[in-house]
Amino acid sequence: MIELIAQNPFIASLVALVGLGLVFGALLGFAAVKFKTEGDPIADQIESLLPQTQCGQCGYPGCRPYAAAIADGDDINKCPPGGEATIAALADLLGVEAKPLDAAEAAVPSVAFIREDECIGCTKCIQACPVDAILGSAKHMHTVIASECTGCDLCVEPCPVDCIDMRPIETNLQTWHWDKPKPVEDLIASDRGTAAKSGAAA
Amino acid sequence: MRKIWDIHGGIHPAENKSQSLHKPIENAGIPKQLILPLAQHIGAPASPIVNVGDRVLKGQMIAEAKGFVSAPVHAPTSGIVSAIESRVIPHPSGMSASCIVIDTDGADEWIAHRGTDDYTTLSKLELVDLIRQAGIAGMGGAGFPSAVKLSTRDDKPIETLILNGTECEPYITADDILMRERAEEIIAGAKILRHIIKPNKETLIGVEDNKPEGIAALEKAAEGTGIEIVTFPTKYPSGGEKQLIQILTGKEVPTGGLPSDVGIVCQNIGTATAIYRAIQFGEPLISRITTVTGDACEQPQNYETLLGTPVQYLLDKSGFKKDACIRLIMGGPMMGYTLQDTAVPIVKTSNCVLAPTVAELPPPPPAQACIRCGMCAEACPVSLLPQQMYWFSRAQEHEKLEDHKLFDCIECGACSFACPSNIPLVQYYRASKAEIRQAQQDKMKAERSKERFEARTARLEQEEAEKEAKRAARMEAAKAKAAAAANAPDSSKADIIQAAIERSKAKKAESADPAQAAIARAQAKRDGNAEEESPQEKTERLQKLFASAEKRLTAAKEKLALAQEQQSDNADAFATAVSKTEEKLAAIQQELTEHRASLTPPPADATSADPAQAAIARALAKRAGTTADESKEDKTARLKNTVSTTEKRLAAAQEKLALAQEQNDANVAAFATGVEKTQAKLDTAKKELSDHLATLAPSDTAKQIASDDPVQAAIERAKAAREAQASMSDADKVKQNIESLENRIARTKEKLDAARAEGSDTADILADSLAKLEAKLAAAQQQLS
Repeated sequence: MIELIAQNPFIASLVALVGLGLVFGALLGFAAVKFKTEGDPIADQIESLLPQTQCGQCGYPGCRPYAAAIADGDDINKCPPGGEATIAALADLLGVEAKPLDAAEAAVPSVAFIREDECIGCTKCIQACPVDAILGSAKHMHTVIASECTGCDLCVEPCPVDCIDMRPIETNLQTWHWDKPKPVEDLIASDRGTAAKSGAAA
Repeated sequence: MRKIWDIHGGIHPAENKSQSLHKPIENAGIPKQLILPLAQHIGAPASPIVNVGDRVLKGQMIAEAKGFVSAPVHAPTSGIVSAIESRVIPHPSGMSASCIVIDTDGADEWIAHRGTDDYTTLSKLELVDLIRQAGIAGMGGAGFPSAVKLSTRDDKPIETLILNGTECEPYITADDILMRERAEEIIAGAKILRHIIKPNKETLIGVEDNKPEGIAALEKAAEGTGIEIVTFPTKYPSGGEKQLIQILTGKEVPTGGLPSDVGIVCQNIGTATAIYRAIQFGEPLISRITTVTGDACEQPQNYETLLGTPVQYLLDKSGFKKDACIRLIMGGPMMGYTLQDTAVPIVKTSNCVLAPTVAELPPPPPAQACIRCGMCAEACPVSLLPQQMYWFSRAQEHEKLEDHKLFDCIECGACSFACPSNIPLVQYYRASKAEIRQAQQDKMKAERSKERFEARTARLEQEEAEKEAKRAARMEAAKAKAAAAANAPDSSKADIIQAAIERSKAKKAESADPAQAAIARAQAKRDGNAEEESPQEKTERLQKLFASAEKRLTAAKEKLALAQEQQSDNADAFATAVSKTEEKLAAIQQELTEHRASLTPPPADATSADPAQAAIARALAKRAGTTADESKEDKTARLKNTVSTTEKRLAAAQEKLALAQEQNDANVAAFATGVEKTQAKLDTAKKELSDHLATLAPSDTAKQIASDDPVQAAIERAKAAREAQASMSDADKVKQNIESLENRIARTKEKLDAARAEGSDTADILADSLAKLEAKLAAAQQQLS
């Protein structure tokens, strides 16, 4: 045996390598079948970063489809409700460059409000709401469950009497919080006097 | 001297406490209006139980607690509820919240109230409930409902009860003066608390050593009670609950835990006094001691203030110089917040109103870059790394902030105080805490939105599936119906055909019967002449007969020989038998030969069979004649019948089509084609009928000609049609013309569409012919109009 190998080193190595390749290929193939991952873990992670407003402003019918699209290589800057924070988080997750938001401006968190006197009870907004946050039935007044509203705007368009407003969420005592101090301009020694004066004046 | 511990870090800001201690507690009196926020405590806001216009008495509950972590609100004096509305409340945001506004009447009339003679007879639950009903919330600054804090669980035994008389924040002397003047009440409250909590080790009152008078008064009052007054070096922020616990017991309250987790309950001495008054006299929490101080006040001093008293009222009493004041602070200089509005009321947690001058509390110089000196970390009483958290906060690295235990920060401001670069570190932490909480809430909301979205999607899918199933079922039903509809005429047709077949069969049978009868008759006739058996059979029979006769002859001969041998008497008889058998045999043989001879010539039967065959042929011919050639009358009847049935079917088909259109059935098109086809059939049937009638109407010659020559027949038909048309008016003719044209156009269009769909070459031709037809139609319509 050893002699045979010694005499045919080329063939012996070829056989050995091919044999190894076959063995590991079989192992890998088995593992791929045995330990198959259900679903798309990347898409799941991306989806967990999206704001779940289900507004469709990205051009996809909901956050999950957009997550899947990002996983397939779509841009990460199409989510106005998420804003810069979401883009940064996505860039961090995917290891890509953060891009500026692909929209005029980040969406202001808002909530739909139905002017109930004007509502004719057409149920069109109910059908449009992606999270079932509008209550009402045919020919009866509708109203928005504000705590469940994602502020996606989708109910505004279908309303035939334009009685739905998107109202920015107002801060109340529960949601109020201290603002972060304005970023400090790094001062040099010669600025100190004027800055102190302007600070005092303020 | 008991052992005391030290806390990490801490600072020593200027105390500035003496200014407000020159005068004793002064009753601030009753302002014209009291503003009582419904949320003066941590937890759910109370809910009003009075209406606008109601007269309320001093101590009357005007808003009840909502939920476990909540506290009721009482009227601090008698008066009329003038409003329940949003007012600016003492809050760093400067926002408004709902308040009960009482216009006081100055009578200060108490509601009937009664204290407990001997609280020791009451159970813990009863006492805690009394405290809850009295609306007592932590008066040190946080405002946590005391009843909740005192509702300790039995499985967590309390070792130590601590009363907090530290008051470490500069300027504030409310607790100090309370100790000096009302030490007995504090001790009495401590005893009640001790009775409720039943600490199994000790009851301590922690006081910083910068309040010697207070300490002396407390010690005097506490003599013989077992309550220990513990003094320790002054340092900010020793007064924090967790810091005080660490100083007095050396125990650290774990992250996210409560003092009860380490066997300790801590209460402010002001709270203890309030509890004493609530238990002893039945007085709810309606007033507190508030320090009004700062160089912008001429007479800084402590006031016994009714809750709801506007800050402006207190400032007016203290000689407040608005111009000198740089900013009005609620609370101390370290942890207090700026008041934007002096109309805000004093609430249960308001221990100090600070009105400093510019010189006293200059605005912070502009922040500079962090030089990583680490002084903040040295100052931090919770042993955090403030500068690290500062960077993380600026970079919004929330996870790292949480890793660095941002939420253990007590926001004491020691780091900001220590920072040589004047960085407002605490503001960063406060903002970051809010951001993280907001992010968590957003996350939760996103989760909920996702759930709702998924639930909705699932529901819609299910609805769609159900609808689809229903649609499929309906389509199936419609198909079955259509099939039945298609089959019904078919079956009726089949029935008609079947009936026709049966009729013709019956007829055939009838007509066959004569044939059969004829055959039978013919056969009977033949039977008369010839025997039943066929010649072959006869030959066979004769041969068999001959063979058996031969056998019998042989046997008889043998018997005769035997008898002759034995000389039997019967020999003669045997001889006769043999001769007889021989005769018979001969006869048979003759017959056989005769029969064979008769077989050789052509059978005489053929002639006898011929009439039968002829009869059959005749019968068959007759039958054929009846089926092939129906009479004229019969044909007319049949055609009329066909027209009427087709009309009926058309009506039914149209009805179905209408129904289908009404229900938006998918088979509308199918029904429409059905109607069209039926219409076409009806047309052809009518035409046939009219043709037939036309052929009937004219003279027999025409009929004869028609039957003679197909061309002539067509001409005749056309003539007949013309004659039929001649009976109509011109307009009717045109109308008919238009109708037929329309029909043809429709058909051509269909064909054209089909041709186009198939890309056939005939499309152009069809289009051409369609155009021509349309032109004709237009002309006809013009003619009609």
